[in-house]
Amino acid sequence: MSIWEYANPRKFMATSGALLPWVSGLAALVLSVSLIWGFFFTPDDFRQGSTVKIIYLHVPAAIMATSVWFMMLVTSLIWIIRRHHVSVLAAKAAAPIGMVFTLIGLFTGAVWGQPMWGTWWEWDPRLTAFLILFLFYLGYMALWEAVENPDAAADLTSVLCLVGTVFAVISRYALLFWNQGLHQGASLSLDAEENVADVFAYPLWTAIAGFFLLFLALVLYRTRTEIRARRLKALIQRERTA
Amino acid sequence: MPDLGAYAVEVLSAYAVTLLLLAALVGASIWKARRVLRQLRDAEARRASSK
Amino acid sequence: MKGLLLRDLSLAVRAGGGFGLGLAFFLIVTVLMPFGIGPETPILSKIAPGILWIGALLACLLSLDRIFALDWEDGSLELLATSPLPFEAVAAIKALAHWLTTGLPLVAAAPVLGVILNLPGQGFFWLITSLALGTPALSAIGTFGAALTVGVRRGGLLLSLLVLPLYIPTLIFGAEVARRGAEDLDPATPLAMLAGLTLATLAAMPFAAAAALRVNLR
Repeated sequence: MSIWEYANPRKFMATSGALLPWVSGLAALVLSVSLIWGFFFTPDDFRQGSTVKIIYLHVPAAIMATSVWFMMLVTSLIWIIRRHHVSVLAAKAAAPIGMVFTLIGLFTGAVWGQPMWGTWWEWDPRLTAFLILFLFYLGYMALWEAVENPDAAADLTSVLCLVGTVFAVISRYALLFWNQGLHQGASLSLDAEENVADVFAYPLWTAIAGFFLLFLALVLYRTRTEIRARRLKALIQRERTA
Repeated sequence: MPDLGAYAVEVLSAYAVTLLLLAALVGASIWKARRVLRQLRDAEARRASSK
Repeated sequence: MKGLLLRDLSLAVRAGGGFGLGLAFFLIVTVLMPFGIGPETPILSKIAPGILWIGALLACLLSLDRIFALDWEDGSLELLATSPLPFEAVAAIKALAHWLTTGLPLVAAAPVLGVILNLPGQGFFWLITSLALGTPALSAIGTFGAALTVGVRRGGLLLSLLVLPLYIPTLIFGAEVARRGAEDLDPATPLAMLAGLTLATLAAMPFAAAAALRVNLR
């Protein structure tokens, strides 16, 4: 059984419909467990005090924000190459999720930064890259809304996703150059996972899993809606020309 | 509630905003899903009755 | 190809063609800055390279939708699609025309505006150089954005939303060259980055723009 079977909308709807209750339930469970664990049952950090608790929100959101864009890139490529509607509709469905994760990353990053750096915003390459990623999400979503013809919208947004990704990678290096000079280490990194003690690492990994499952549930759910919306559009089109 | 010390505002607002945004995302997704499903069912019904 | 270029150039220069509007916008935006920032010379002098770069970038942005809009509206874009000229070449020529009628005049105007922003003397050469090197990239990237949104009615704001994030690396390196020049530091590294970026976008963007145009012309 190959994954390409799910390119068939009917098969996708059937399978996703069966999976969704389980994925959603698991997501709710893992997310709540991880956040309750992190918030109530972990100690404060020596240097960062209780703000270390923000790590269970910020790091998973940040990881998912970039992962979702990467997923959109892959599904857009599949659309361009193999013309599977389910694939591009999954990209369309994923965008608002990624955008919200980026927003969460930005807000929690800023709020964590205030006690650490003394300011709400810092033009740190990582935070700035996130701001740019947020703009990319907005642009992608706006283009979908602006183009009338669904297949044209799918093609144009896929090209945008591709080009955007290339520029996002270029921007990463440009930003490092802009704020810290090339090849200097990121001294203001908040994602220092290398030396995170186990007592923080375990709930953090659980939170990452929780955010991932939440994404999975939401993207399955939203893709189903997009498939239905596409069919709705086709029916209304037929009514108009009948 | 654990003693959040000096950083109570930051930590609580981080959690509050995150949960709010996630709730809004889930809520909007459900709302759109219901709306589309309803409209689709209506359109399918119109198509079936006009045949 | 030359015919297409000359046609676009003459269209732009004719009355109603938009030539000069970009320049006027650049002037207005630059003049507006001290009103927002305050007239203190040392501050203006320090941020002049950045202001000029952003002003030039915005002036480029505002003339982007003209690249394809007129041809789209009267159907000549479809005609161009059937011509023996590859669509990638059409996109490249359009970008070139945009640069000649918008980017290049901005490069010429920048030093004059630098004077009213108290740009330090040593900064002028590097300002002109960075703009000369960077504005072609802005035209190329902008042509791609224009191709994406050519079918969208009143898509100007959408075009800005799509293109401005793509402009960021060019802006970072271009402004850095200008700033280092103004502060008498060595601009070699950002200059090399800027040159690389421009060459890469000139090579790649016509293909992306042509792909977008084909989708829109279906």
